[in-house]
Amino acid sequence: MVKISVNGKAEDIDVDPAMPLLWAVREQLGMTGTKFGCGIAQCGACTMHLDGEPIRSCSTPISAAEGKEITTIEGIADPDGTLSKVQQAWISEQVPQCGYCQSGQIMSATALLRQTPRPTDEQINAYMSGNVCRCGMYGRIRKAIKVAAGLETATGADIAEEASA
Amino acid sequence: MSDAEQNKPERSLAAKWTRRGFIGAGVLTGGALVIGVAVRTGNPIGKLKPIVAPGDGEALVNSWVKIDADNIVTAIVPHCEMGQGANSTIAQMLADEMDVSWDNVRVMDAPADGNYVSQHAARMFVGPGTLPDKPNAVGFMEPTYDGLFTQVAKLASAYITGGSSSVRATGQNGMRIAGAAAREMLVAAAAKEWGVPAGEITTADGVLTHGSSGKTATYASLAAAAAEQELPNAPRIKSVDEYKLMGTAAPRKDIPLKVDGSAMFGVDGGPAGENLRYAAVKAPPVVGSSVASIDASTAKGMGGVLQILNMGDFVAVVADSYWQAQQALNTIKTTYTETEIDDLDSEQMFANYAAALDEAGESGGSSKADYGDASDAFANAAKKVEAEYRVPFLAHATMEPMNCTAWVRDGKCDIWTGTQVPLMSRDGAAEGAGVSADNVTMHTVFLGGGFGRRLTPEYANQAARLAKATGYPIKMLWSREEDTAQDFYRPADISRFTGGLDENGKLVSWNNIHCTDDEPAEAPLVEFYDIPNVAIRGAEVEPPLRLGAWRSVAHSQHGFFVESFVDELAHEAGKDPVEFRRELLANSPRHLAVLNGAAKMADWGSELPEGHGRGIAIARSFGSIVAEVAEVDMTGDKPRVVKIYCCVDAGFAMNPDGLAAQMESGIVYGLTAALYDEITIKNGAVEQSNFHDYHMMRMDDAPEIAVQIINGAPDNLGGAGEPGLPPAAAAVTNAIFAANGQRIRELPIAKHFA
Repeated sequence: MVKISVNGKAEDIDVDPAMPLLWAVREQLGMTGTKFGCGIAQCGACTMHLDGEPIRSCSTPISAAEGKEITTIEGIADPDGTLSKVQQAWISEQVPQCGYCQSGQIMSATALLRQTPRPTDEQINAYMSGNVCRCGMYGRIRKAIKVAAGLETATGADIAEEASA
Repeated sequence: MSDAEQNKPERSLAAKWTRRGFIGAGVLTGGALVIGVAVRTGNPIGKLKPIVAPGDGEALVNSWVKIDADNIVTAIVPHCEMGQGANSTIAQMLADEMDVSWDNVRVMDAPADGNYVSQHAARMFVGPGTLPDKPNAVGFMEPTYDGLFTQVAKLASAYITGGSSSVRATGQNGMRIAGAAAREMLVAAAAKEWGVPAGEITTADGVLTHGSSGKTATYASLAAAAAEQELPNAPRIKSVDEYKLMGTAAPRKDIPLKVDGSAMFGVDGGPAGENLRYAAVKAPPVVGSSVASIDASTAKGMGGVLQILNMGDFVAVVADSYWQAQQALNTIKTTYTETEIDDLDSEQMFANYAAALDEAGESGGSSKADYGDASDAFANAAKKVEAEYRVPFLAHATMEPMNCTAWVRDGKCDIWTGTQVPLMSRDGAAEGAGVSADNVTMHTVFLGGGFGRRLTPEYANQAARLAKATGYPIKMLWSREEDTAQDFYRPADISRFTGGLDENGKLVSWNNIHCTDDEPAEAPLVEFYDIPNVAIRGAEVEPPLRLGAWRSVAHSQHGFFVESFVDELAHEAGKDPVEFRRELLANSPRHLAVLNGAAKMADWGSELPEGHGRGIAIARSFGSIVAEVAEVDMTGDKPRVVKIYCCVDAGFAMNPDGLAAQMESGIVYGLTAALYDEITIKNGAVEQSNFHDYHMMRMDDAPEIAVQIINGAPDNLGGAGEPGLPPAAAAVTNAIFAANGQRIRELPIAKHFA
C-alpha cells in the first residue's frame, strides 16, 4: 500500500511501488486528464506537480511521491471551479487543437509562472521545450503564457466582439 | 412509431419519404444522410432517437439538427474531432443559416451506427437508378447532388475525417442547406400558427418574430410544428454579405474541455464500473512476417500478469495494469518467420527506386500529365537544368499512441477508440469480436491527433480479438515504440526533373518522373504554371513498408520536389525566385495573389541580417492555395527557421482563426519533417522507436508564424487541415540556398548538418 495525496485528497493505493505515478493515477484513481505520450520523459504529456515542481509522471515511481502533494490537471482550477489564469488564457488564445498534450503544457506553464511570474520569450522557450505539441501550437502557447502573466492582452475579447458584430 | 402512423397516406414529400422508409424506419436502414428531412415529434425513429434526442420535448427538425426544449440547437456532425476544429466551424455554418446565436449552439459527433453517412445510405436515399433523373428527389436536393453524393458520400462515406473535407463538403453542401431548410420550416410553422404570411416573419437568435402583430416564439416552441411542414424545395442559403457567424472567429466548442482534463480521448474510454484489464502488444517488425515462437518464461511470473497470448500476427500480455503488461511484454523473446526483405536496408531500397527510374528513362513509366512536347523542347532549350530529390518515409507520431478499448459479451461489442473512420473500425472490431457490425457500439471520443494515421482499423481489430480471447474488457495500448514501428508510413520517394529555359530565361520544358502512386492525383501537376511543354510520369516500385495517408498525402513530397526545382530554374534563369514565379503564374490570378501576398508580408527583397536567407514556395492542395516565405538563420551550426510568412486562399475562411490555426499547425508539421525526421530501414525493420530518435519540433525551435488570408472564391471553399504543409519544406531549403548557396535536395535537412 502506497500513501499519496492527489489534489489535496489522501489516497491509499495498492500497487507495486515501482509503478510510474502516471498509471497509478490514471488506472487506480480513474483520473485520466494526465496523458501517456512516450513513456521515457521525452514529450511532457504526463506532466504533474510534485510539491509544486513539474515532474514526468511516466518515469516517476509512485514510491517517490509518498508523503508529497501531487497536483494534476484536475486540481489546478479554484475549488469553486473558476479556471486558473493559465487555463483561461488557453481558451482566450484558442490554444488546443487535438488537445492531447495540453494537460501537460498547462501544468508546465503553471509551474513556469510560479517560478518566473514575468517570463521573457527565451525563458518561455527554454522552460516549455520539454513539452511536445504535435499540432504545433507553440506560437499560441507562448502567447497564452504571456496573457496569463499579464504581459499581453487576451485575444478572446476581440474574438467575442468579432463574433457578435 | 406505430404502424398506423407509419402507414399514413401521402400528403407531403416528407410523408412520401416516410412511406419509402426514409424518415421512420428508413433512418435505421440508411436514410439519415437526409439533409433537411423533417422527423416529426413522436416519431421515435428507432434506435437513433435515444442517442440524439433522449429527453422529452426534444424534436429533431432534420437529421443533422436538433432543437432542444431550452432552445439549444445541436449540430450533429458526421466527422471526428481530431484537432482540426472543423466540427465547430460546421456548426457555425448551420447556426448562421438558422439564425441562432453561437452561445446557444452545441456540437455533437454523429453516432457511428452507419445511419448518418455511408455510401450505401446515400444510394438508398437517392434510390437505385434515380441518378441522373432523380424522380424521387425533392427540389432542393437537386443542386446538391453533385456536391452531396460525390463529395459528402465519397469523402464522408465511411464517416471519414480526412482530405480536408469537413467544412468544404459537409459544411457547405450539407449543414448550410440543413440549417436553411430548418429555418424555413420554422417560419412556415409560425406563419400557420399565427395566420400571417411567411414573408412577414423574421428570425434572429433562435426567435421568430412577426413585427406588425408583435408576436414572437422561440424555435423550440415551434419545432414540433415545423417538423409537420412541407419540406422546402429550395431553401435559400445566405450570400456572403448576409453572413453573421460565417467568416468570424467564433470560439471553438471543444476547447474548454481540453484545458481541465475532462475531454475523453480514446485512451480514456471504457465501460463504467467494469474491471478493465490492460494489454500491451508487439507485432513483428518486418512486413510480411508472423510470430514463429515466443519464450515467455520470465513474463509468466511477473506481477499482475494474467495472460500471455501468441495471436500469430502479434504477441500480447494482458495484466492488471498497462505498465505491468508492458514490462512483462518487454521480457518476452520472440522469433519471427522469414521474409524476402529481412536483409533490406534504406540504402538498398533507394537503389531499387533509382533503378526503377533508370529503367523508365526519359519517356517511360505511366503518364500523369503530357502536353506539348517536353522532350523536344528540352532538346532545343538554350539552357538545360537537371536535378534529383529524395524524401524519406515518415511516421505520423500522433501524441496519443494507437489504442482501443474493447468489451465483448453476449454477442455484442463495445469499442472506445480514436478513429478517423468509425464505420471501418466498427467493421474491424466486429470481425475481431466475431459479432455482426450491428452489434458493435462505437463510443465517441476525441482523437489525440489524426494526420491520416487513424484511417486504418487494425488496432480496433486487435483489441476486439483480445477481448474475445480473454473474456475481459480490455484496454489495449501501443507503446510509443510500437506506434513508431507499426505505422502506415508516408512513402519515401525519388523525383527527377529536367527543365529547359529559352534564351530569355523562360521555362519551356518540364519533365518529371518519380516513384510513388499519387494520392491525390493532382499532387505532382503544375498546370497553374504557364509551361508549354510538360511530361510528368510515374515508375512502379515495391515499398517495403505499409504506406498510408500522411498529412497532405502526396502533396507532402511534391510540394518539396516541384518548388525546389522551380527555385533552381529561377536561379539558372538569373531571375529572382518571386519574379520568376510571377511570370509563370500570369494565367493563374488566385495563385499570383497568394504569391504576392506572402512576398509582401515578408517584405521580399529587403535586406536581412548577415547569414540569413529567404525562400518562397507555393502549392495548391485540397482546393486551397498557400504560399510561404521562410526566413532562416544560417549563422549557427545548423539552420534555424526564424519566421514563416503564410498567405492562404481557401476560397472563403468560414472561421479565420480556425484557418490560421490550421496553417500554423500544418507548417509546424511540415517543418518538423523537413528539418529532422526520417524513418529508415535496417534488416527490413524500422530503426526509429521514440522521440529521442524521431524528433518533434519543440518550442525553442518553433518559428514565429504569420498568416494572412485571402477570400478569393467565396463559393468554392478549399480545405484547411492539410494545405499549410506542402510549401513548408521547399520554402526552408530555398531560404538556405539564398543564405549560403547550399542546395538541399534530400530531406531531412538535419542530414546535411550532422
